[in-house]
Amino acid sequence: MGFHSLEEIVAKTKEENKPFWEVLLEDDMSDRMAAREESLEKMNHMYQMMKKADGDYDPRLTSASGLVGQDGERMQEYLRNKRHMSGDFIGQVTARALKMGESNACMKRIVAAPTAGSCGVIPAVFLTYQDTYHSSDSEMVKALYVAAGIGMVIAERAFIAGATGGCQAEIGSASAMAAGGLAFLAGGKEEEILHAAAMALKNLLGLVCDPVAGLVEVPCVKRNVIGAVNAVTSADMAMAGIKSKIPADQVIDAMRSVGITMPSALKETGEGGLAATPAGTKAAEKLKKA
Amino acid sequence: MNLFDIIGPVMVGPSSSHTAGAVRIGYVARLLLGEPVKKADICLHGSFQATGRGHGTDRALVAGLLGMQTDDERIPVSLEAAEKEGMEVDFWAVELGDVHPNSVKLLLTGTHGKRLELVAASLGGGRIRVCELNGLTANFGGEYPTLIVNNQDKPGIVNEVTAALAQEDINIAAMQLYRSKRGSSAVMILECDGEIPKEALGRLGGLPGILDVAYLSLKEAEE
Repeated sequence: MGFHSLEEIVAKTKEENKPFWEVLLEDDMSDRMAAREESLEKMNHMYQMMKKADGDYDPRLTSASGLVGQDGERMQEYLRNKRHMSGDFIGQVTARALKMGESNACMKRIVAAPTAGSCGVIPAVFLTYQDTYHSSDSEMVKALYVAAGIGMVIAERAFIAGATGGCQAEIGSASAMAAGGLAFLAGGKEEEILHAAAMALKNLLGLVCDPVAGLVEVPCVKRNVIGAVNAVTSADMAMAGIKSKIPADQVIDAMRSVGITMPSALKETGEGGLAATPAGTKAAEKLKKA
Repeated sequence: MNLFDIIGPVMVGPSSSHTAGAVRIGYVARLLLGEPVKKADICLHGSFQATGRGHGTDRALVAGLLGMQTDDERIPVSLEAAEKEGMEVDFWAVELGDVHPNSVKLLLTGTHGKRLELVAASLGGGRIRVCELNGLTANFGGEYPTLIVNNQDKPGIVNEVTAALAQEDINIAAMQLYRSKRGSSAVMILECDGEIPKEALGRLGGLPGILDVAYLSLKEAEE
């Protein structure tokens, strides 16, 4: 990709008087030597596969380790009873994020966005937004370009793998991508997109990658929920006119420096944090014996 | 890296390194063997050994060996599929020394008796690297159409091979040469910008001094 900062993307939108998503579409066309239709079709395929993965959730499944499964259905059932405190939108986002995280852990087909471990964040907010506000698929696809552009810059300036930057690099990045996409869907321009992404990433700075037994299960599935909910509230703040005092590119750089200084025990090694708790080590021991 | 490495790939979970990358390693090995796998010894190292079972690395590798891609929904039941197809699979825990933590050594025998020994690593995000092929060093990721030539270590062979590619108007993106010792057998790995036609591969295999030719086509991968 030709962009090393979100500011460069914004500069190009002004220079060429094109929306944020279109600048990224054109960048993809030149990067992969692809026709406009081919790129759009491919992104639409990603969106349709997200929908399919959401619809294919199987409430009976548990992961091979037995650590996760069925909580998405539990949440959905709770929503049906109308006793939830967080409102219908956030309630549905929560259920969807759990379902996708569980599907991934149970070896179902998902769309990595940006990683498999964080695959629930973007679909949870995008599909719920479309259900609620009836946007067209083509609008949703544009929002995916916005999200992808934010993710590309994060990958370029910092990292998107838990093993290199902790969970902030996975769930944090997914959340920033989703927040920017949501701001676009809600009618935000470049400024709101960047503030939404910046606030979402800021809120998850420092989040460690501490999976129990080294598996993409505990706490990964539920962290998809916080990434998704944080994206919604960050986008809402940005649309309210609230600004991130630290510019988005600088937040990304901060995420990088936090990730570099994070001890390796907290970067997907399964040695620290929740993985090192008595319950975490017990689960790991049990799996080793099995 | 492009936009669809960020939104995508479509894959069977749970892990891009331990599942998708493992499928890719098995798949590339199957293509390099050039015939269906009859027997596979799968030797898991490091993190592949430690957390592989929970991530489905075992099933992912076998799925790849059966010719499945990273988004194939049959990956979780690949061990059963292998049994059905009469593919014999054994898993071993090994210590491969100073290699990437997500590494595996595959010892394969094909249905027509062809053999292949390969060490590969999953680098993250589904990307892989073949590090060793039939006992000789290698370094390629299967992102380009890749020609692997096993030849006698003597002057002029590189010239023959590159001339044959030039004749087909195929540009070489990267090229590596390895040998075990002077005058013995050597390996040439050529990553190309275009696909090599079947006939050209046949002609290459017949050239003097060339012992064996393997080819990794990306076209086959898309079908």
